[in-house]
Amino acid sequence: MAAPHFVVHDKTDSVGVVVVENVEPKTEMSGWVMETDETISVTALDAIPIGHKVALLDIGKDETIFKYGHSIGKTVEKIGKGHHVHVHNLKTTKW
Amino acid sequence: MATPKSFMGYRRQNGRVGIRNHVILLPLDDLSNAACEKVANNVKGTIAVPHHYGRLQFGEDLELHFRTLIGAGCNPNVAAVVVIGIEPGWTGRVVDGIAKTGKPVEGFALERNGEHKTVMNASWVAQKFSQDASETHREECPISDLWVSVKCGESDTTSGIGSNPTVGNLIDKLDPLGVTSCFGETSEITGAEDVCKERGATPAIGQKFYDTWKAYMDEVIEPFKTDDLSESQPTKGNIEGGLTTIEEKAFGNLEKIGKKTKYIDILEPAEEPTKGAGLYFMDTSSAAAECVTLQAAAGFAVHLFPTGQGNVIGNPIEPVVKLTANPRTAREMSEHVDLDVSGVLRREMNFDQAGDALIDIMIRTCNGRLTCAEALGHNEFVMTKLYRSA
Repeated sequence: MAAPHFVVHDKTDSVGVVVVENVEPKTEMSGWVMETDETISVTALDAIPIGHKVALLDIGKDETIFKYGHSIGKTVEKIGKGHHVHVHNLKTTKW
Repeated sequence: MATPKSFMGYRRQNGRVGIRNHVILLPLDDLSNAACEKVANNVKGTIAVPHHYGRLQFGEDLELHFRTLIGAGCNPNVAAVVVIGIEPGWTGRVVDGIAKTGKPVEGFALERNGEHKTVMNASWVAQKFSQDASETHREECPISDLWVSVKCGESDTTSGIGSNPTVGNLIDKLDPLGVTSCFGETSEITGAEDVCKERGATPAIGQKFYDTWKAYMDEVIEPFKTDDLSESQPTKGNIEGGLTTIEEKAFGNLEKIGKKTKYIDILEPAEEPTKGAGLYFMDTSSAAAECVTLQAAAGFAVHLFPTGQGNVIGNPIEPVVKLTANPRTAREMSEHVDLDVSGVLRREMNFDQAGDALIDIMIRTCNGRLTCAEALGHNEFVMTKLYRSA
């Protein structure tokens, strides 16, 4: 089975985790959805370091991001599918 | 792979089973570190366990100090203990606490003796303890005699999707075999507290967890925070590794307790479990050395430590087995990595296989194999301090 570029924990998640090094803009990425064992694809629009998240769909401002099937925080700006999701556009709703 | 049903351990006088045979020099307080280190230098087969506290503590903080020191001495990985303190009263309290296990323990005080005489007297005893311990042999023990603690560190996103669920797979396999296990990290369940509450064996136990978590939020985080804790929780290293929020870190963290296993009780920091085999939650800091030290003091014999970015922690009492699913960490920091499970993220191995690989390296460690942290001499023994001393 081909090694995926990114891994998605739960099928309802809005982000996947890049698990290979050297993802650059326009990299065609295959993703493995662990929960359902499906393969999906997304084109990276940013350089995304290994371990960092990619948006799997277009997400508006002030929307909840789901990972592990649960909320992991809210967006502070719009995020397009294929873009890097991290501290610049996602914030905790806790402390 | 069939899970091994036994391991080779040291059965102690009180029936508990250890996987190491340490003779330790245990300082009561910061002032006694130097004497302990001198004795450890004099006598082969002994180790000093220096730490920073023990003076003018009071109340709950003092109780935790004693519980941690006595617990460290009682841990079944320890064959015998020499305690050195500034004065005989509190030194004797630690000695008496450890003596209840039936293992050899003696205490020495610096006041009225001075350091030279104390080091000489303690060295005579330490030498006897070391030579006697060298004649203790491993015997085959059922897997149900094993106490396993878990805690992750310098996590990144590969922890939550790779190395932490590998530990969870192990917990789900060992729990039905009667293993006693422990997870902690109170602050690091924030965001996943409702999901964690549901994992209690009964609603009352789930509520006890929730109340413990809430108390930390209300009594520590809220009064002391100055910002959103970014760079503290998640840490700078977590963020570098791709973890963005505490919620994301928490759900990844909770993968360590598997999919099925329920926790059966909540422990105070360094409290020994008394409700029999099963999974326990302990109220701990999420800082690696503080958490592992508390778990060692509660009597856990082997620690499983998933890391993403590459935490290098060890502990003088409890061997720390490290695993990572981050291929870069496995490549660049291989001297710290006991098990590489990055194959999970390449779909070269599944969690069942990764869990079996972790059981294999854990049992080999229990049977005597040195961990990376042991080979590198990592002995981070860090006391948890609840508030300023008087």
